[in-house]
Amino acid sequence: MSSDTLVKVRGLKIGATVYPPDAAPHDIDIVHGVDFELERGKVLGLIGESGAGKSTIGLATMAYGRGGVKITGGEVWINGRDILKSRLRDVRRLRGGEVTYVSQSAAASFNPAKKIMDQVVEASVEHGKFSRRKAEKRAVELFRKLGLPEPDKIGNRYPHQVSGGQLQRCMTALALCPEPELVVFDEPTTALDVTTQIDVLMAIKEAIRDTGVAAIYITHDLAVVAQVSDDIMVLKMGEKVEYGTAEQIINAPREEYTKALVSVRSIEHEEKVPSPEPVLRCQNITARYTGTNFDVLHNVSVDLSPGQTLAVVGESGSGKSTLARVITGLLPPSTGRIEFAGRTLAPDLPSRSREDLRELQMIYQMADVAMNPRQTVGTIIGRPLEFYFGMRGEKKRKRIQELLDQIEMGAGFIDRYPAELSGGQKQRVCIARALAADPKLIICDEVTSALDPLVADGILKLLLNLQKVENVAYLFITHDLATVRAIADSIAVMYQGKVVRYGTKSEVMSPPFDDYTDLLLSSVPEMKLGWLEEVIANRKMESAGN
Amino acid sequence: MIKTIPMAAAVGLFFTILYFLMAILAPWIAPYGVAEVVGDVWEPSSADYWLGTDNIGRDLLTRMIYGGRTTIFIATVATFISFTTGSILGFLAAVMGGWVDQVLSRFVDLIMSIPPLIFALVVLSVMPVTVPVLVLVMGFLDSTRVFRLSRAVAADINVMDFVEAAKLRGEGRGWVIFREILPNALSPLVAEMGLRFIFMVLFISTLSFLGLGIQPPAADWGGIVKENADGINYGIGAALYPAIAIATLAISVNLVADWILNRTTSLKGGRG
Amino acid sequence: MSPVIRLLAQRISLGLLLLFFVSVLIFAGTIILPGDVAQSILGQSATPEALANLRREMGLNDPPVQRYFAWLGGVLQGDLGTSLTSGRDIASSMGSRLQNTLFLAFWAALISVPLAIFLGLLAVRYRDRWPDKLISGVTLASISVPEFLIAYVVMFFLGVKFRLLNPTAIGFRPDADIFAKLEMIALPVLVLTLVILAHMMRMTRAAILNVMQSAYIETAELKGLTMFKIIWRHAFPNSIAPVVNVVMLNLAYLVVGVVVIEVVFVYPGMGQYLVDHVSKRDVPVVQACGLVFAAVYIGLNLVADIVSILTNPRLRHPK
Repeated sequence: MSSDTLVKVRGLKIGATVYPPDAAPHDIDIVHGVDFELERGKVLGLIGESGAGKSTIGLATMAYGRGGVKITGGEVWINGRDILKSRLRDVRRLRGGEVTYVSQSAAASFNPAKKIMDQVVEASVEHGKFSRRKAEKRAVELFRKLGLPEPDKIGNRYPHQVSGGQLQRCMTALALCPEPELVVFDEPTTALDVTTQIDVLMAIKEAIRDTGVAAIYITHDLAVVAQVSDDIMVLKMGEKVEYGTAEQIINAPREEYTKALVSVRSIEHEEKVPSPEPVLRCQNITARYTGTNFDVLHNVSVDLSPGQTLAVVGESGSGKSTLARVITGLLPPSTGRIEFAGRTLAPDLPSRSREDLRELQMIYQMADVAMNPRQTVGTIIGRPLEFYFGMRGEKKRKRIQELLDQIEMGAGFIDRYPAELSGGQKQRVCIARALAADPKLIICDEVTSALDPLVADGILKLLLNLQKVENVAYLFITHDLATVRAIADSIAVMYQGKVVRYGTKSEVMSPPFDDYTDLLLSSVPEMKLGWLEEVIANRKMESAGN
Repeated sequence: MIKTIPMAAAVGLFFTILYFLMAILAPWIAPYGVAEVVGDVWEPSSADYWLGTDNIGRDLLTRMIYGGRTTIFIATVATFISFTTGSILGFLAAVMGGWVDQVLSRFVDLIMSIPPLIFALVVLSVMPVTVPVLVLVMGFLDSTRVFRLSRAVAADINVMDFVEAAKLRGEGRGWVIFREILPNALSPLVAEMGLRFIFMVLFISTLSFLGLGIQPPAADWGGIVKENADGINYGIGAALYPAIAIATLAISVNLVADWILNRTTSLKGGRG
Repeated sequence: MSPVIRLLAQRISLGLLLLFFVSVLIFAGTIILPGDVAQSILGQSATPEALANLRREMGLNDPPVQRYFAWLGGVLQGDLGTSLTSGRDIASSMGSRLQNTLFLAFWAALISVPLAIFLGLLAVRYRDRWPDKLISGVTLASISVPEFLIAYVVMFFLGVKFRLLNPTAIGFRPDADIFAKLEMIALPVLVLTLVILAHMMRMTRAAILNVMQSAYIETAELKGLTMFKIIWRHAFPNSIAPVVNVVMLNLAYLVVGVVVIEVVFVYPGMGQYLVDHVSKRDVPVVQACGLVFAAVYIGLNLVADIVSILTNPRLRHPK
């Protein structure tokens, strides 16, 4: 162990007790023996899909197990001490002093009843690192360094008084305040919008560089981790898949799994020429929710050609999901009209014909709440067949079978319940339910955002194939520009309830850009080293130029 | 399903069934007539009178069995009334929303701002104390609680995407309530039914004890306490038998209800 | 602070409005229902003349709205009417009884509230270990038995078999010295404590566990704070509102429990007064008692809401 080694983990094993509904409680292993080392001032990225055990490993460096999680074996050396064998008092001194933690949801991790400053300096004062006054001075410096507005005053606010992105930066300040030697960042930008994410990411990266602290950076997004890490460890189901420098993992991955992660979202899709007779035409739609006094949508007009995909892209609060509600009739617009398949749609759901409803289907973000948990896959897919086409018995069963084949799921699934399916399978069943109605248009509301990247890729490929076969149009709502590139024929960029840019994919994606589209496009992390520095440099140049 | 029933729930289920059987078969298994004076006042337990005799010399075991019959019968009917009114109105309020929901919910708030026992006493001060009146008053007062629960459960389910999907498909209100919402609301409601039943047993016993429930010579558990309460001061514990009966019945039903509720939550856990 | 004041004003006026409707309900409940007060006082064999006389005397022939406002006007001036059976002024008979009831409830609350919070904390501290299991077992048993039966079991063993405490409170004199009074109410207080302790403990446990499972408690643990400091600095400020809510809910429950316990121990309080007059069908007394009980009940719930408004950081420090 060289003198520069800060963290050394050997054969780390972590387990938990699970309480399945119909069996006795028993222990399972979450992490099956993981080794890694981290030098002072370096950043290690832990990457993997959900269930990979990355957060669990991160917390193990603080000798902490969340919920019923227990560290069952191995060694964790920090600064030359095996913390798994230390007494509780020494572990306490380590936590919040030598090693600190930044969680995914700062909003939940801050105590709502105390001022931000009290919470940021608490650990420093508690561990005797600084006096209260010195700690506060340091906190203000950190606030300034992290680009928070009014760094002198923001500490006097309560957590609910600052925005999500700001609070995430406050949490970073909280972690850096006691001058720790190691910070564990646990998906610190995952919950943020993409244009906010880049700011927080920049702030974290600069703070790490300036303070010379070592860090473990946990995320499911390889493009993000590539920007901040020196080394990367790829994990899958609690086991190490590949461990190397960031350079090697991104540019020369050895394992198949890593290669898949690197090449994710690289689906190529040729855009089609818009047809003169659109299947859906939204004209000057303005809408507001009852009981509010502002419009969520202002004068939105978009067209969608048959068999093509219109991606509606925007951040939270842009009104993109509201547009879907207006088109489905759940929220009648205050002005504007919707033409669908050559006829004008009634503004509200109850006045639409059954044919209108059949030809316009919807797929949701959260597949597990989009299906009735008490119905089998067969019932879920079979109901539209029964309802719209009056199919019964053997005919219905045969058609369900065909649909299951189309979504690449076997015959065995017909009698299963949603709880018995994986996330990707659930979304496939929802697609089959929409297809069963033989629709002309399917509205896809963030259908891939709750899924792991590889699974999401599978769903996107399936949707593209189905479009070729069934000639169905998609209105694809998403916040993720990589998804847009993969699937769209035309794009509408939405911001604060307005369409700020609209056209074919090639038009929208090529300069000259308007300010917002430019910001949005440049904020999407790219799968290459040094991307973040480029963006920072570009933005600095631009602001200097102005 | 039966295979995985835990010990506690099995014991609870056994006693619950036992009590209901005793209630149904009371005339055949009780050793004496319900109002029949068979011995001296407060005789100790013996081979003839297993639990001894009561304050006017009736067989206490017989009184207890018939008393259980009355208590369980009234509690069951009142629970039924409370459940049908409460859950139907609660579901309607959740699904229809708007003014129907407002009117019903505010009215329930009003009723619930008076403790049920006090409300019952006020009503019983002007109404004749008969079994139908008691059952209606108890059922009606308690339906407010069932209303709140079923409205909350149904409102939670009503905003889920699968219900929206059914509405977008064009399904009618009947399908939405009975095929989408009801199957998912059933387990918490069944568990609640157990708790409401216990509450009804306690409620009728309390009213009878206060002399405002079942009128003598009919027997019920609360009334038996009232009749034999004076014995306590002479060290005679005849009034305590109903305590054991009520407690075992209530705990048994509770254990069964807990088990049903746990099965529900673990099912939810499976959904993530 | 303005949203807090606005909310408080809203909540208090809502409470008053509720109380108004409750008074309407109580009044309406006693006249709309198919029973006839005069008939039930005089019995089935009463002559029509006697009935008519009594109805006139009681003002039963006036329109209901007029009778209601006459009654409400009296109530607002502290005149609760006169008892039908004894002919005495209700307000003055109720006064001393209300004091006695509050005396009993006060001591029961004084013992049970701190004890329940302490035991609730203990259950959280030793979660899923034997103290927790014992506590939840006792809770299950005690919420499964009606109050009056707990009372008789306690009276039988402590009062009669072992003669440790006075079996009844029949000798209670409001003007006796405090120790004599406390000796008299020892058993009722014990029973009331048992009755609400279990509920309160269970709900306190749930409320605190809920707070302890928050992400900010994990943050505090990862700051290396000691258990005591985590609880004192981070759990406690967020537990005030839920715990106060639990306490108020149980005190409201105590008010109802008092009715039955007073009957068991022959204690000269409001509960006994109410129950006696329900059997005698003395409607004005029942109305007055019902209104007082409902007012206390609504008041306690109001206090819980006020505390949770006052301790909510989002309301105290608006954006």
